[in-house]
This record gives sequence, structure tokens and C-alpha cells, in this order.
Amino acid sequence: MQRNRRAEGGRIDRSRPLRFTFNGKPYEGYQGDNLASALLANGVRVTARSFKYHRPRGIVGHGPEEPSTLVELDGEDASGNRPATTVPLCDGLSARSVNCWPSPGFDLGGVNQLFSGLLPVGFYYKTFKWPGWHLFEPAIRKAAGLAAAPASPPASGHFEARHAHADVLVAGAGPAGLQAALKAGRAGKRVFLADEGTEAGGSLLNRALTIDGKPAMDWVSGTVAELDALENVTRLQNATVWAYREHNLVMVNECDPDRDGILERSWRVRAGEVVIATGTTERSMVFGNNDRPGVMLASSVQAYLNRWGVVPGQRVVLFTNNNSAYAVAADLAAAGVSVSAILDSRRTVAPEALDLVAGLTVHLATVVSEVRGHKGVRAVKAAPATGGAGTWIECDLLAHSGGWNPNVHLWSQSRGALRFDDDLAAFVPDQPVQACRAVGAAAGDLSLDRIIEGGADLAYGIEPLWRVDVPGQRGMAFLDIQNDVTVSDVHLALREGYSNVEHVKRYTTAGMGIDQGKTGNINIIGTVAMQQGVPLQDVGTTTFRSPYTPVSFGAIGGLREETVLFPYRHTPVTRWNKDNGAVMYEAGARWQRPGYFPKPGEGLQEAVNRECRAVREGVGVYDGSPLGTFELKGRDVPKFLDFIYANIMSSLHPGNGRYGLMLSDDGLILDDGVVLRLDAHRWLLSTSTGHADAVNQHMEKLLQTEFPDWQVMITTVTSQWNNATICGPRSRDVIRALGTDIDLSPEALPFMSFCDGTVAGFPARIVRVSFTGELSYEVNVAPRHMAAMWDKVMEAGAPFGILPVGSESSHVLRVEKGFLSLGHEVDGTVDAYDLGMGWAMSKKKADYTGKRSVMLRRASGRVRRELVGILPVDPDRQIPEGAPLTPGGRKEATEGLVTACVWSVVNNRWVGLALLENGHSRHGEIAHVRMKDDVIPITITKPVFHDPEGKLMRS
Amino acid sequence: MLLIPCPYCGKRNECEFIYGGPVGAKRPDPNAVNDAEWVEYLTVTPNPQGPVQEKWWHARGCGEWLVIWRDTRTHDIMEAPDDAT
Ligand SMILES: [Zn+2]
Repeated sequence: MQRNRRAEGGRIDRSRPLRFTFNGKPYEGYQGDNLASALLANGVRVTARSFKYHRPRGIVGHGPEEPSTLVELDGEDASGNRPATTVPLCDGLSARSVNCWPSPGFDLGGVNQLFSGLLPVGFYYKTFKWPGWHLFEPAIRKAAGLAAAPASPPASGHFEARHAHADVLVAGAGPAGLQAALKAGRAGKRVFLADEGTEAGGSLLNRALTIDGKPAMDWVSGTVAELDALENVTRLQNATVWAYREHNLVMVNECDPDRDGILERSWRVRAGEVVIATGTTERSMVFGNNDRPGVMLASSVQAYLNRWGVVPGQRVVLFTNNNSAYAVAADLAAAGVSVSAILDSRRTVAPEALDLVAGLTVHLATVVSEVRGHKGVRAVKAAPATGGAGTWIECDLLAHSGGWNPNVHLWSQSRGALRFDDDLAAFVPDQPVQACRAVGAAAGDLSLDRIIEGGADLAYGIEPLWRVDVPGQRGMAFLDIQNDVTVSDVHLALREGYSNVEHVKRYTTAGMGIDQGKTGNINIIGTVAMQQGVPLQDVGTTTFRSPYTPVSFGAIGGLREETVLFPYRHTPVTRWNKDNGAVMYEAGARWQRPGYFPKPGEGLQEAVNRECRAVREGVGVYDGSPLGTFELKGRDVPKFLDFIYANIMSSLHPGNGRYGLMLSDDGLILDDGVVLRLDAHRWLLSTSTGHADAVNQHMEKLLQTEFPDWQVMITTVTSQWNNATICGPRSRDVIRALGTDIDLSPEALPFMSFCDGTVAGFPARIVRVSFTGELSYEVNVAPRHMAAMWDKVMEAGAPFGILPVGSESSHVLRVEKGFLSLGHEVDGTVDAYDLGMGWAMSKKKADYTGKRSVMLRRASGRVRRELVGILPVDPDRQIPEGAPLTPGGRKEATEGLVTACVWSVVNNRWVGLALLENGHSRHGEIAHVRMKDDVIPITITKPVFHDPEGKLMRS
Repeated sequence: MLLIPCPYCGKRNECEFIYGGPVGAKRPDPNAVNDAEWVEYLTVTPNPQGPVQEKWWHARGCGEWLVIWRDTRTHDIMEAPDDAT
């Protein structure tokens, strides 16, 4: 039974009841409710336990400012740490409070309250620190008590991100925002109006105000109707403007679970002008036990009453320092709720305000010093503001108003300055920096008559009270309810020397968390100012960082899930590979390549051995298309290549190729690959698969920023050429069987040369390079011919036992030859000399990229880790790649690591490569791999285990 | 997200660009400088509070490398300061 629900009134639909559960108990609310209004309607007072002391808490606010009741949603809506005030009620909703177990009414963590004196501010910093942190961490993380991340992604629906452009973006659809949007819309501007509420109206939804003598909501619905009829206006509800970035980019998060399976949509709006109409947030009063369930913001009591038809208490006391609470009292009285007293800290009050509450008891110059009641307010102590004995007033609801803060978050994020306004006792927008303006309450116009012509409202009339401070006051006085930070915590921080407000925030955690101190920050600043005896302007605010309210990671990512953002890349042979049982790998730069081709029942190692044996003894073929390929044209290409490669390229003759190492100017190895000279001014440069983009960037940057007058044009031709690389002693026979007009004799087409012609009837370029150490022909064709070419290669190769070769086998074959793999042997420490490739570092060139730095580093004389071959003393012992080498296998600093270890079919044993300190002079020695529970002896050798002279690849 | 002016494409979102670092000293002749000068060239880049000249690559656009002046305090993209060299 909804015992606190009024029989009529409010913007809820009583004909549409909704069932929901809270902490396992069933309740009923109405369409139009949020979780908080439904809980209050059902008379649920204790809705949460506090973060640190596990004090019972109730609902405090009615929107994103809610500091107290955070819930975790179950089931399909699973999400954590949602303020109950921002969870729209829907049928079947299941929510639990965070911070308590087993329930907020009976919480075992509540014993912390007894020890609150032992949990001062900075307690964690002071107590749980290195070296013992790892001992405390698990227990602290468990007790830290905010909700866990959902275990699985939403069962259905997806997130989406969109870009938009607007002449005017209006943040907030309250009276000022609607008015600004209407004006811009009527002028024909592209308007983007985003409002965080479920419906437009802002504060007018909660208040019983009039415009031109008619209900203010009539004006709202008229304005909304006109806006919605304008094609140049986009109006979004449930859409929070949560960040204001540079160059007028505004982030909007739209939550609308019922549309098209989209859970949330993230908008990035680039706006000509931003109108900040974000309204205000009421702030708390600070007094003893100001966190008890039943202590609520006055404006929230008013919102529950008027908007949701809920009376959160039967006997109400109001406590205020400004006129806005008088309208709340009037609304309550009009609804028949018993208002016991209005306690006002001011000495005088404007007659208009008093007229509004004629017949009610008003005590001026009076404050609430303390609240009695544990799981709910039972009485408040009304004390003279200047000190003296107080009297207890019985009540079950205390509605308080400490004044109003313009919501300057977006303004501040736009880098606009803030100024403390003494009349308003609040920070308000000062000078703008970007193209934006604040309007309405966000600009400090805190009553409706100042915003809209014909709007009737009380003048604001605040006299600030940052905290109640009367003699004999008892109970914890919270500045930040969410983080359990009290006035004494801030005093302690100040005593310990954290005098800057940013330091106070970090040390005490005041103003952090989900609510970011929306109701309490100003009181923290006020408390610091009082203690230091300076004006609030001098204390300043902490930084207003985005997001204004929490945003889910899904919304930020949108549809940019991995395979959408970085689609896989395929060659024309992918289909064939998959049809032939390939296990596909990602081979860098998102290329999908076959790892190996197991026969039915065959494991990885057997398949790899079979493929390797085919290459070493017969013939194999692999698809080399993913290699990065660039065509360079222009008369300065030779000069350019000599600059970017460590060896000399300019001496290359047309028709020939050369392997080269590319360094960065800090002397690190950037890439390696083969360069072909096509003719006097055309060159073809190949890179490793994974580094193609980096090499392209490197070259373009040099040409465009360092050598703009050099005549070099780069065209990316990766995948403009595809190739089948046929390798093995029978590869020449296979190409002959395919049919070609190219002379394949070693004299006509030697190693590291190429020739254009036809192969199997297709225009082709044959390049004699070898990544396996065998006789090898790269047959390059246009992509449209690749699939057919591949079929012909398999057909012509069948009599020779040709096998497709995956990347696992390529790895084995290159390790047997000691060929470099950038991902294995090269890191940020090795240079060409360490790798035994000093020959690739030209002595003739005075300068090339990286030369000076390599020489500089080597001149230091420090011990180098050098590339060696390794043979496990036990030939059947495999060593994990990456395993460390230590002197004698002892538990000492490493002297190297194993970079690769493979089963060699030609040696019938495990062989490997390693980087080892002074390795070049240690051939023949025994070194040791140190494993967690084992030491493996290995013999150091030259890094080559097959055809050391390279006769086969030159054959 | 910055709005970066490309001389070919006009103002485009930062996510189309790749940052290329501040414009530092011109690469010296490595054989004409001492070790310290070479290391200085490699490792010390301008990092001012205020206008800095930087390189950006319109990689997901026209492919042009461009140079802008950006105020590191405000992200404002501006004309070269009067005393810029
Ligand atoms: Zn461009």
C-alpha cells in the first residue's frame, strides 16, 4: 500500500501501477515515478547505509544531486551506483542498496559507527600504507562498499554514439532554457536542446508557480509544442549534457531505454553557441545528525509533493536561511500536511514570504542544532542562532534549505571564470571564454520573475549559513553525506596543514564520489573560509570536472566495439584458407592469416612439423600479401632511402633488391624489409606486416616536415599486390609447371633480383627473396587474379607435395635460419651490432637516421645483450619464449632472455634464439634458463641451425 | 576534442589527426655537434605554458602534415605569435 501517496495530483499515472522490489521486498509504484518517489510513497525511510560509518540513511534529494541513496540494479538493467532519484521506475525493476549487508535496516557493518572516533579523516592514508598495503587491500576493497560492476554486458540492446552540429546548443529545458531555445528556433537557427529530466520544465515541474496567472506548466507545454513543431529544433529528454570540451564540443548522454533497442546514445555536439540553462541545486544545512532519514532538501520535499503526489512526512519542520522554503511550507499546508514550525536563521524576513505562510509558526533567528532519532527523525532541537538553550520540536520530517547554487559545472568546464556573489552567497558565472552564455538560475537569476515575464515568485533573500555553530551542539555534522565527511574532518585537515581547498578535498574525500558534492561543496568552502577568516572568493572552488553525472563506459564507446573500430583485414585467399582447415591468427595490423593447417585429429606440433618438412625437403607456399608495400617515385628517392635505411640503397641497380634495416633517430630499430629498384626513379619498399602504418607515417613526416623540397612521392600499394611465396628446393619446378615466360635460371634470376612477366597466364612479378632460407619465389599478381593463381599453384604443386604454410611454420623456419623477427628479437635496447647485423650499418655514409645515436650508445661501453643461438642440453626440452637467463641459473638479476624456441625438423631437437650479455663471445658455453621451479641448462651457439652459408636460398 | 584547421580540408575533428609532437630544433648535422648537443636535440622538446608550434598529420583525411600554433593553457589554435621564429 502506498501510504504516503496523495489521492490526487502530481505527474504520475495512477491507472498504471508498476511492481518492483527493493532489497528483495515487493512494492508498487506508478508510471511516472522514479525509484525514490516510489520508495517514499511506500513509506520506506531507511534506504541506505553510509559509506564509512554505515549510518542509516534515507532519501535526501530528488535528482542527480542525491548524495545518499545509491542502488544497484539487477537483471537486464544491471548497473551499479545509481542514485535512486535518477532511476525511472519500470515494471519488474529490482534494486538493492549499496553499502549494506544484509539490509539497510539491519547492517552488520554498522558496528563501524561505534568506532567512528577511530576512523578520522586520512585514516586510510595514515594506517594502510606500504609495505603492508597488500595485507589490508582485500578487506578494505570488500568493505569499501560501492557497487560492483555488472558481471555481464546487457542482455539485449546496444550503445550508440553520434555526432551533431548546432548553431545553438541549449543545456537544460527549464524556463530559461525553453525560452532561449524558442527564441533561437523562431530565428531559424539549428537548435539542439538537451535536458536531463524525463520531461521538460525543470524546476517548474516541482513548484506550484504561475505565469501570467496561469499554471506555469501550461506555459511549458505550449512552448514544448511550438519547439517540437520546428524542424530546425532537436529536443532530447533524458539527455544529460555532461561535459563541455574545447572548441565548443559538448558531450550529451541520452538514456532512453525504450527506443529501438538502444540503451544509451552518446552525442558529441559541436555548437556555434552554447546556452547554459542548467538551473540550480539546493544546498544542505549543516547541523548535528543532519544525515538522519527524514532530513531532506526542502525543494525535494516540494518536488515529491507536487510532481509525484507523495507526502514524505506527516509532521514537518522547515529550516531555512532564504525565502524559497516558505513556498514549500505553503504547498505542504495547502496539501493538508501538518507544518509544526518554520525555523529561519535570519533576523528578518520579507513580508511577502510571511504572508505566504500565514497561520504557521515561524521562529526567526533560530537554527536546528541537532536531530534526534536513529532510523528516522523524531525531533529537532530549535536553538537561538546566537546561542542559548534550545527546545525540542517533535516531527518526522525536516525540510531544510541552505540556499541555492547555480549549476556552473558546464560553465566552469568551458574555462569560464566564476565569481562569488555576496548578494546570492553563491559562485556565479563571470566572464566567458568560449562561445557560451549562462541564462536563468544558472546565471544567478534565482526567482522566476527574473527569468520570464509574468512569472510570479518570491524574492530570494538569502543570508548565508555555512554551518550551524552554537554552544552545546551534539552529533556528527556532515558536509558530505556520500563520503561521510564531517565538519570536524575538515577542521582536522586544516590543522594538519591541508589549507588549499583542493587539498582538503583530496585528503578528506569531501566532494568526491557519484554526486560530486552537489549539495555540500559550498558548505565545505564556507567552513574553510570561516576557519581561515577569509572570504569565500579567496578560498575558491574545486575544479568542476566532467562528467557532471556518471556516464556508463558503454555510452562513451558506443558502437566502436573492437571489430567495428578495427575491422579485420583479409587477403583473397582467406576463403581458401578457411575451407582448408586453417586455424586463423591475427598477424599484426588486423590481418587475418593462417596459423597452421591441421589435418583431422592432428595437433599443432604435428601440423607444423609436416609443413616445415615440406618446405625444407619439397615445396611449400604461403600468402605474403599482408606485408606492407610502398611505391616511391621521384628523383630524390635514392637520397631519401639512404637517409632512412642504415645501409646504402642508392647503389642498387634496376631489377635488383636489397634487405635493409630502418632505424629511428634515437637509434632504435624501426623496421626491416626488402627494397626493389624498379627503374631509375621507381622503387618498391616492403615493410613488416605490423609496422606498415608506422613506417608510412615515419616517411611522410620526414618528407613533409623535414625535406619538403625533396622530390619523393609515396603510394601505399599494400594489397594492391598480392603474392604467393613458393619456397623449398622444388619451388623452381612448381613455377615451371605453372608456366612462365620468365627465365628462372639462377644466372638470369639470381637471389635478390626480380623480373616481370607472366605466370600461369597472369601478369606477374617474380621476386627472389627468402624468409625461410630456402630457394624461394614471391609470385606477385593483381588481387583480382590472386585466388585463381593460388588454385593453380596448389594444382601445379600437387605432384611435388606442395603444402600451404601457416605463420607457426614461418616462425620455425626463420628461427632455424636465425632471421630477425621484430616482435621477438628487437626491443628498445638492441641494435644491429647486437643482432650480428653490423654489416647493415653503412660505414661509408656520413649520416643516416639513427647512426649518431647508435654510436653514442655504444661508446658508453656498457655490456650489451647480443643475439645467440641456444640448444637445450636436453634436446627434448622446450623452453618457453621470454624465459629469463640468469648467471648459473641462480636467483639473480637476469643476463638475458630466450626470444624464441622451436622444434627444428632439420635438427630433430628444440633450438632457439636468445639475447645474452656478451653473447657473441660466449659460443660453446653453457648458460642457464631460470624457471620458477627449475633451471634449464642450454648451450650457446651461433644463431643459425640450417645452411649457415646460405647456399640453399641462393641456389 | 580540438577542431584543427587543415589547409586542404578545413576545420576537422582531432580524431582524424595523429599528433606529431612539437616543432623542435631543426635536425643538426650529427657530425658537427657534440654528444650533449645531439642528445639535447633528440630529447628536449618545447613544453611551454602558452603557444607552442606543433605538427599534426591529417592521417584519416588528406594525409597532409601540418603545423599549427596551439596555446597549451587554453587549447586555442592561433596565429603565430609576433615573436615566433
Ligand atoms: Zn586534410
